[in-house]
Amino acid sequence: MVGIIDYGVGNLFSLKSSLAYLGINGEIVSDEKSIAKCDRIILPGVGAFGDASKALQDTKLDKVVIDIANKGVPLLGICLGMQLLFEEGLEFGSHKGLGLIPGKVVSIEPLVNGNKIPHIGWNALQFSENKGDIYKYTKDGEFVYFVHSFHAECPSEYITARSEYGSLLTASVQKGNVMGAQYHPEKSGESGLMILKSFCEI
Amino acid sequence: MITKRIIPCLDVRNGRVVKGTNFLGLNDVDSPVKLAAEYSAGGADELVFYDITASFEERKLFADILRETASNVFIPLTVGGGINTVDDFSRVLESGADKVSVNSGAIRNPALIYEAAKKFGSQCVVLSADIKRVDNKFMVFAKGGRENTGIEAIQWIKNGLESGAGELVINSIDTDGVRNGFDIELLQKVCDISSVPVIASGGAGTVQHFIDLFKEVPNVDAGLAASVFHFGDIKICDLKNELKNNGINVRI
Repeated sequence: MVGIIDYGVGNLFSLKSSLAYLGINGEIVSDEKSIAKCDRIILPGVGAFGDASKALQDTKLDKVVIDIANKGVPLLGICLGMQLLFEEGLEFGSHKGLGLIPGKVVSIEPLVNGNKIPHIGWNALQFSENKGDIYKYTKDGEFVYFVHSFHAECPSEYITARSEYGSLLTASVQKGNVMGAQYHPEKSGESGLMILKSFCEI
Repeated sequence: MITKRIIPCLDVRNGRVVKGTNFLGLNDVDSPVKLAAEYSAGGADELVFYDITASFEERKLFADILRETASNVFIPLTVGGGINTVDDFSRVLESGADKVSVNSGAIRNPALIYEAAKKFGSQCVVLSADIKRVDNKFMVFAKGGRENTGIEAIQWIKNGLESGAGELVINSIDTDGVRNGFDIELLQKVCDISSVPVIASGGAGTVQHFIDLFKEVPNVDAGLAASVFHFGDIKICDLKNELKNNGINVRI
């Protein structure tokens, strides 16, 4: 069973529907007991880093997610859920993340070549040498859907794909069983569904 | 690089997609769920649903249709129509929308943009404006294009951006439904002042109109249309191939 963590932040409907479409049993989970039963965890998230980080702490789910990640359960953070995997987020001040992957979340470089912020729309994935485990069915250059103003700055060994938007943005990361996608696989058409499928087959 | 987006718009009334000319004379077209799935498979980058119903019963039907569509279509969905309060945002977001577009609701209560952006994030607040030339000035119209609000359009958009709108849909009433091309002059003016993505609406009739749009207004992010797609005059995959042949970056 794939657990989609509900901490009051994010559009869970689309994620649950995508998994159902793929024939995968996805459940929305919000307590330690249900989360412990999952063999995979998705951490979604929409909004601001500070609010989401606080929501995780208030529900005490931060410790639960860290524990389950340390046990080796595959974990996929999506959009803000990916950003929360890092040590620190610099959106409206400095906020503590889960610290599962070294690095921090910073604002996308100020407008280069007239690029607008937020980065909204479809952009191509450029795989790193090590593309990690979620791209079993994905080709380099496939398009995925992004909506964000901040992105992760981390050691390049953890970056599995980038996207070009004036500068190179961190599109996805992986450190062992902990993975993150800055884009929305559940909104990226067929390409996105295949990324979720790949995650669910790890 | 980010691609230019092609967005079919589905006006939904009483559970069906409809399309009129210059906002009048509505014709029944097809089932929204079926059309949405076809568009998604055909390469649409995003879908816009406009709820043009009035009654409570029809609104409930709209929510059911939205939910059914969102369960089967995995590209971004924007919903507009009848959005007047923060609760209306919650209602459609819970039914599977990713973004919510406000139009008349923001004219009646400009604070709605700020309140919604604060609660749900700017990324899901789309400011949609129906704009028409009156005495050589661009003015904002309300009530589906029937009423001149007396508000000057560029200033209205600037205010909306300051309040936290994360995207703009610019619908030209002068070019809507007549299929003579997008309103390049208006779109250029809006792109000059916008720090967020701009979606062009109103006037698409041929593939060439989309090529002209992206060439003449390089900062515009997306082209939205309804009837040319619904009636099969333009197939989205053909359109995107032509755009690519013309050096415009699209997702194929």
